[in-house]
Amino acid sequence: MSRVLDHLARLGRLGLEVFARLGQAHWLLFGILSGMRDLAMRPRRLVVEVHRIGVLSVLIVVVSGLFVGMVLALQGYYVLSQFGAAESLGIMVAASLVRELGPVVTALLVAGRAGSALTAEIGLMKATDQLSALQMMAVDPIKRILTPRFVGGLLSMPLLAAMFSAVGVLGGYLVGVGLLGIDGGAYWSQMQARIDLHEDIVNGLIKSLVFGVVVTWIALFQGYAATPTAEGVSRATTRTVVHSALAVLGLDFVLTALMFGG
Amino acid sequence: MGQRNRHGGGPSVIAPAPAPARGGVDGGILGPDAPPPLVRVRGLTFARGSHLIFDGVDLDIPRGRVTAVMGPSGTGKTTLLNLITGQLRPQSGTIEVDGEPVHRLTRRDLFRLRMRMGMLFQTGALLTDLSVFDNVAYPLREHTRLPESMIRRLVLMKLEAVGLRGACDQMPATLSGGMARRVALARAVALDPMMILYDEPFSGQDPISLGVLMSLIRQLNDASRMTSVVVSHDVAETLRIADYAYLIANGRVMEAGTADQVRASRAAWPRQFLQGLPDGPARFHVPAPDLAHDILA
Repeated sequence: MSRVLDHLARLGRLGLEVFARLGQAHWLLFGILSGMRDLAMRPRRLVVEVHRIGVLSVLIVVVSGLFVGMVLALQGYYVLSQFGAAESLGIMVAASLVRELGPVVTALLVAGRAGSALTAEIGLMKATDQLSALQMMAVDPIKRILTPRFVGGLLSMPLLAAMFSAVGVLGGYLVGVGLLGIDGGAYWSQMQARIDLHEDIVNGLIKSLVFGVVVTWIALFQGYAATPTAEGVSRATTRTVVHSALAVLGLDFVLTALMFGG
Repeated sequence: MGQRNRHGGGPSVIAPAPAPARGGVDGGILGPDAPPPLVRVRGLTFARGSHLIFDGVDLDIPRGRVTAVMGPSGTGKTTLLNLITGQLRPQSGTIEVDGEPVHRLTRRDLFRLRMRMGMLFQTGALLTDLSVFDNVAYPLREHTRLPESMIRRLVLMKLEAVGLRGACDQMPATLSGGMARRVALARAVALDPMMILYDEPFSGQDPISLGVLMSLIRQLNDASRMTSVVVSHDVAETLRIADYAYLIANGRVMEAGTADQVRASRAAWPRQFLQGLPDGPARFHVPAPDLAHDILA
């Protein structure tokens, strides 16, 4: 009986810890959002962060997009040709990329490249007293350090997702038209006719915007709440990637159900 | 001198020490005619979990002087600085800086007060993505509307004072530990604060850097009439530049007075600490069962 009670107590403590961390994360988000006005007066900080989070992620996003598009074309051609619909390869590649793979894979890539870097950077700033030093200089580290990074991640994600999709479509074209011999006109015209601006492109951008918020928020919170030791920062970095991936995939299902679920 | 404290609790490597040798004057180390202290701590109690770090501590930091706060590692010296600067809040007691109750200030008022305080962190805590020049310029750019030409002049003057004007374009990663602390010192005094707090400024320094830092702390204090609080466990170096000193351990002030008075203390615990004696009220071993019992068990 006492063992059961122990387990229940442990479960209760765990639940309280989870809710406490969720509360801390929301407080942090509130603090970050309250720094927007401050950021508007110092736009150069935002430019720096968009460069660090967005521009420096372009290479990995573009290369990944190219290969994902090429693989989609190969797999799609195999399935579609069995039904005599190989000419619809363009629409299949574009819809898959714009609606799903563009936002999701980009978010996972950004979480791995920029999200983990953000967590490590903030965690190390905490471990080396840089955040405390800012507070001692009467500077709010949330507004000065976290808000620009948050907005930088938020703005970068849709742009990177759009690049991923565009390059993926090009990769599909290279394989479908160049390698498999599909008619180039059919590839583009079907895409042009069936991809809807609101239904597909805008919904995809909304998804990537939501993923941008979630991935950057998780990364910043994990860094800010990290135990200020080498092991603590290492754990926080791992948590950023794991939590971001789970949140992106879970939210993708919810958003897809809301947007395309009929 | 010093003050009477309740008995400190919590686990510690250091054994509970006997009562301080010298009597207290309600936390004051200054005479009754002295001007009011810049920092007045009364009945400070602070614990981390079940570990009691301060147990009813009273403490005064006189204006315009160098005051040393010394004690063994882990006695809460850095915690005391964090409490004075409002980074931590006490469980009970009061902390006043220039008459303002730090622990009750709003965030805005606390930041306003901190603009009149500087702190030198143990690690230097320089912003690693900014150059030496930009680190020193940071508080000026944040809190003043001075033109960039004026900021440049001020920064170069501060860097000249710490002997690092020639390193203004370097990044923090290229600096030695001593140089990083001198840059941090230049940054801490950039806004000409009324008080500067030094957290273990001498630890890990080679003899030359140590000598430079010691003379800088003293010179800065005397030249700008600021108040300095030096937290350290480097006894000889700290007492050489300090006007007043507190020895703290086990959540209590064990000794307090002028540097000479503290140095001349005959009480057992201060003598053991100041002379680095292996035997005395401070035990080397953490309390444990008998060795033979543990090994043969």
